[in-house]
Amino acid sequence: MTIDSSRSVTDSDQPRLNAKDAVPLRKPGRWVGAAIVLILLAMLVHMLVTNPNLQWRVVGNYLFSKIILTGLLRTLELTAMAMLLGLVLGIIIALMRLSANPILNWVSWGYIWFFRGIPPIVQLLFWYNLASLVERLTLGVPFFHVTLLSASTNSAISPYTAALLGLSLTESAYAAEMIRAGIQAVSRGQLEAASSLGMRRGQAMRRIVLPQALRIVIPPIFNDSISMLKFTSLVSVLALPDLLYSAEEVYSRTYQTIPLLLVATIWYLVLSTILTVVEHRVEARLRRGHAGRDGRPGRPAMPGYRSRWRFWNGPTVEPESVGLS
Amino acid sequence: MTPVATNGASQFGTSTDPLIRVDSVEKSFGTQKVLDGVSFEVASGDVCCIIGPSGSGKTTMLRCINRLETIDAGMVYFEGEPVGLRLRGEKLFEMKPRDLAEQRSRMGMLFQSFNLFPHKTVLENVIEAPLQVKKQHREQAVAEAKQLLDRVGLATKADAYPDNLSGGQQQRVAIARSLAMRPRLMLFDEPTSALDPELVGEVLAVMRDLANDGMTMVVVTHEMAFAREAADRVIFMDGGSIVESGSASDVIGDPQETRTKSFLARVR
Repeated sequence: MTIDSSRSVTDSDQPRLNAKDAVPLRKPGRWVGAAIVLILLAMLVHMLVTNPNLQWRVVGNYLFSKIILTGLLRTLELTAMAMLLGLVLGIIIALMRLSANPILNWVSWGYIWFFRGIPPIVQLLFWYNLASLVERLTLGVPFFHVTLLSASTNSAISPYTAALLGLSLTESAYAAEMIRAGIQAVSRGQLEAASSLGMRRGQAMRRIVLPQALRIVIPPIFNDSISMLKFTSLVSVLALPDLLYSAEEVYSRTYQTIPLLLVATIWYLVLSTILTVVEHRVEARLRRGHAGRDGRPGRPAMPGYRSRWRFWNGPTVEPESVGLS
Repeated sequence: MTPVATNGASQFGTSTDPLIRVDSVEKSFGTQKVLDGVSFEVASGDVCCIIGPSGSGKTTMLRCINRLETIDAGMVYFEGEPVGLRLRGEKLFEMKPRDLAEQRSRMGMLFQSFNLFPHKTVLENVIEAPLQVKKQHREQAVAEAKQLLDRVGLATKADAYPDNLSGGQQQRVAIARSLAMRPRLMLFDEPTSALDPELVGEVLAVMRDLANDGMTMVVVTHEMAFAREAADRVIFMDGGSIVESGSASDVIGDPQETRTKSFLARVR
């Protein structure tokens, strides 16, 4: 032992101490917790591999079949269109909410209250059965009896239109609240600074406030996109051949229920993973130059992307405490 | 044409053509009266410091000059024209946003919290208004911006983002950003109050520099040393009105009113 070299010069009886030589506290709870979770995980994997009812061969056969891929495309299209329409409407409703005009304010409040309060599936059915409520849809000038377009409701509202209306109106109500919150989160001083430089309200909004609001709103918008991806499966009640309905169509013929549900599950997971990766990229881009208000980077969308969560040794490093690299 | 000031508007009486004339301005927030008949003038090239305890209405007064706050009564004139209002015939009308924006572009303003645009680099902050408001050519705007950044000692920080600068640096960028619009007047709302003590000096130095160049400035400040040294006029406000005003050596060096004396005793 090298006692001598580690002794303090002034105090010869006491060995010189160094915190780095301390024995770390044993954490048996960690090991127990990890063991339990690993055992459960192993059981799950075992079941997935050995249970013959899963019929992985059938899954393989249908994963890239034409009917499933067509349904997948329909799901993607519905998601994209419903999000696009929902966001455009949402921006309009948000600006109405922020307007000083009390009429616009109240109407937008009522709109959000209404469309956020109804389950999307009820809306889908409602829109689909609109013909029972209104026989003809007419586009014209009110009070002047001028008709520009007129069609029977049944022909105008296809399952696709009903689905799009139901999904995008629900989304617009949520998006409106997110966008309003995003705009309000940008400090008032930004608008004042822009005004004092001679920028007009519209310029200040477009150039200064909205880009900053966007950065705040991007994560919830991606969150909503992932939700929307899953909500589109509701359209199977309208017999619209999306991903889920296509799978249902197949298993109603072949009775291979579980493997076809697995096919749908795999595709939903693939799509939401892709959306998560895209979200992460976009967020990283929007963060350019920003240390964040509190000087820390935001928590990444995927764990372990920027930081290491260390399990086996040393102090645990939570993602929040990792500096901006 | 313009209404004659009734009380105290000409108490300085030296300049015939003031750049700013504030005439009996009143302003309330709800039931609380924050400005109660404030009148003063600032001549072109003068530095006017407004001092006073917090809640005295000095910041509100400053914000009324470029109409970030509207006034309830009285008038504010800038370069001889009513601010935010237009006289047509005998009647005053509220200005269109376009005209107010043009008027504001001739007045620079500095904020206690800097208010730089965090999503833009230092250079982009400075050229934003010249490009968007004045429709300057980009190369010219960039060249001028670089000169201004050099003037405030931040030529090397052109590509940095505001979040990566110290408070003093941010405030100096804000000064450059205001100057890029070539204002006739600069308004300062407690520009050093949010700064760490060791960073106050660099901002005051730039302001002193500006004053020496003949910029007309209205400065709401707690920096008595700066007011004493740089101000042509000092206005002491309390309770929404002007208690005492005059040269720095008079108001700060030899105050007459008891409220001024007790305030100065507290801040010294």
